[in-house]
Amino acid sequence: MQAPSLALSTATSQDTAPVVPALRFSQVDLTYPDGTVAVRDISLDVASGEFVAIVGPSGCGKSSLLRCASGLIAPTRGSVQVDLSHLGYVFQDSTLLPWRNVQQNVELLAQLRRIPKEERNELARSAIELVGLTGFERHHPRRLSGGMRMRVSLARSLTIDPRVFLFDEPFGALDEITRERLNDELLSVFQSKRFAALFVTHSIYEAVYLATRVVVMSSRPGRIVAEHVVPFSYPRTPEVRFSAEFSRVAGQISSDLREAIA
Amino acid sequence: MQLANPLVSRAVRSRSTVPVVRTSRRRRALVPPVAFFFVILGVWELISASLAGSRKFLLPPPQSVLIHGLLARDAYSQILPSFLRTAGLALGGLIVAMLAGMLVAAVMYRFSWLERAGFPYLVALQAVPVLAVAPLIAVILGYSYVAKGIVVVLIAFFPIPANFLLGLRSVDAGLEDLFRLQRTSWWTRFWRLAFPSALPQLFTSFRIAAGLAVIGAIVGEEFFQAGVPGLGMRLLQYLDQVEYNRLYGALILSSLLGIAFYSIFTWTSSRVLRSWHESAQVGR
Ligand SMILES: Nc1ncnc2c1ncn2[C@@H]1O[C@H](COP(=O)(O)OP(=O)(O)O)[C@@H](O)[C@H]1O
Ligand SMILES: [Mg+2]
Repeated sequence: MQAPSLALSTATSQDTAPVVPALRFSQVDLTYPDGTVAVRDISLDVASGEFVAIVGPSGCGKSSLLRCASGLIAPTRGSVQVDLSHLGYVFQDSTLLPWRNVQQNVELLAQLRRIPKEERNELARSAIELVGLTGFERHHPRRLSGGMRMRVSLARSLTIDPRVFLFDEPFGALDEITRERLNDELLSVFQSKRFAALFVTHSIYEAVYLATRVVVMSSRPGRIVAEHVVPFSYPRTPEVRFSAEFSRVAGQISSDLREAIA
Repeated sequence: MQLANPLVSRAVRSRSTVPVVRTSRRRRALVPPVAFFFVILGVWELISASLAGSRKFLLPPPQSVLIHGLLARDAYSQILPSFLRTAGLALGGLIVAMLAGMLVAAVMYRFSWLERAGFPYLVALQAVPVLAVAPLIAVILGYSYVAKGIVVVLIAFFPIPANFLLGLRSVDAGLEDLFRLQRTSWWTRFWRLAFPSALPQLFTSFRIAAGLAVIGAIVGEEFFQAGVPGLGMRLLQYLDQVEYNRLYGALILSSLLGIAFYSIFTWTSSRVLRSWHESAQVGR
């Protein structure tokens, strides 16, 4: 029963006390005002340093679950525990302000939080450096590729030092090569920052490559139907994708997913 | 890589090749309208020459309009102040319409029940012919400068709140979420998100309103024939006095005023939106 947190305690390898999750869903139901039941009875913990991926058929309520986690909508039943002051959220769309350049876009959240100018300048500078966009500070989003826009979006969230980081199919619209590069960059950011990540994707390979745990959701109303612990430690190298173990886990998830849709 | 001519090398260094290409393309784009202008002058000249002697006064040839209608000392000393007068009236009315229009849209955006109640009227009132209301304005305000101004405002006003509100309403939902996540106030979301998002629509509405304001000023002056004469009054006066050279001169100035108003807003809009909005990028 404790498999996930066991995996975690080997990763952090010091505390024996029960880990307090950074994000906890307790029996969450979400029904929209029009009667659509988006998710039902979701209980899920994500601890700091843990990377949980969610896969599920489209329309099963994955985005709705993230919106619940972020406080954008309240669950109809059950509860969500999370520290909203350090919450990162990256959407499928990069959601940049087109009239602001890269620097100004990355500074946005800090600015809305009234962080003084020099400080947010510095925050933005180091976030931009972390995602490899140094030199593009003065570019406007219109002139950036899809991959670069996602990097800006990532950098923007990094400025608020996220303890919990929500990703809603962030790389879903990108081509395969860009996506793999961004996966590696995200992994290296995760390895250095060790936030709690909840990552929605429709790519099983991406899920297995990035996550410590992969959660499979059923068709609407979304329920958790399976959970897989990924047996690789961090740091991970791209070669992990070609191991037999990787294929085995991905295969299991894939068959669970097929079952969930059926 | 030193170039011999310092002027050339500075030009090469300071701008990429794109603007150079663009200016020459823009210059080339000017050729057809300029050529067409001369065609119009030619046709005008021909029609004027072909009119029978007794009807010739109806359309004097272009050079006669230019010389007797615009450049002659007593012509321009009369028409220039009128031109400025009308320009001032149109500009004043336009500014009032812009401020009021933006305010109405912002308030409706803030209180959606107000928008639900009021938006249909914003659309419907555009259809009211303002000239039909002019006698009422005259009764209430007299034949005054303010009355003319009201006509300008009434004609120029409606496109502004309607378009601006549409712009405010079409803010990207993801961006809206992003701001909400930071628990921003309504005012912050308006100022930092909705307002800049709506700038393209706002500028479109300004452009439409600017053209309408000039029409409103001239129509207003034609209706309220009182006070210091503007272009509208001059048009009627010259028609009355059979001063057709001056009549055409005043007509040309009225058109130029409309074009100038429209161009100012087109130019400002493309300056402001240049870096980010697609509509400003259309490379014509
Ligand atoms: N605001 C809303 N009101 C009503 N139904 C909604 C709303 N947002 C999403 N839904 C519905 O809820 C279900 C889950 O949506 P979503 O969470 O976006 O799924 P996913 O991200 O897994 O594709 C879908 O059937 C969708 O149509
Ligand atoms: Mg979704």
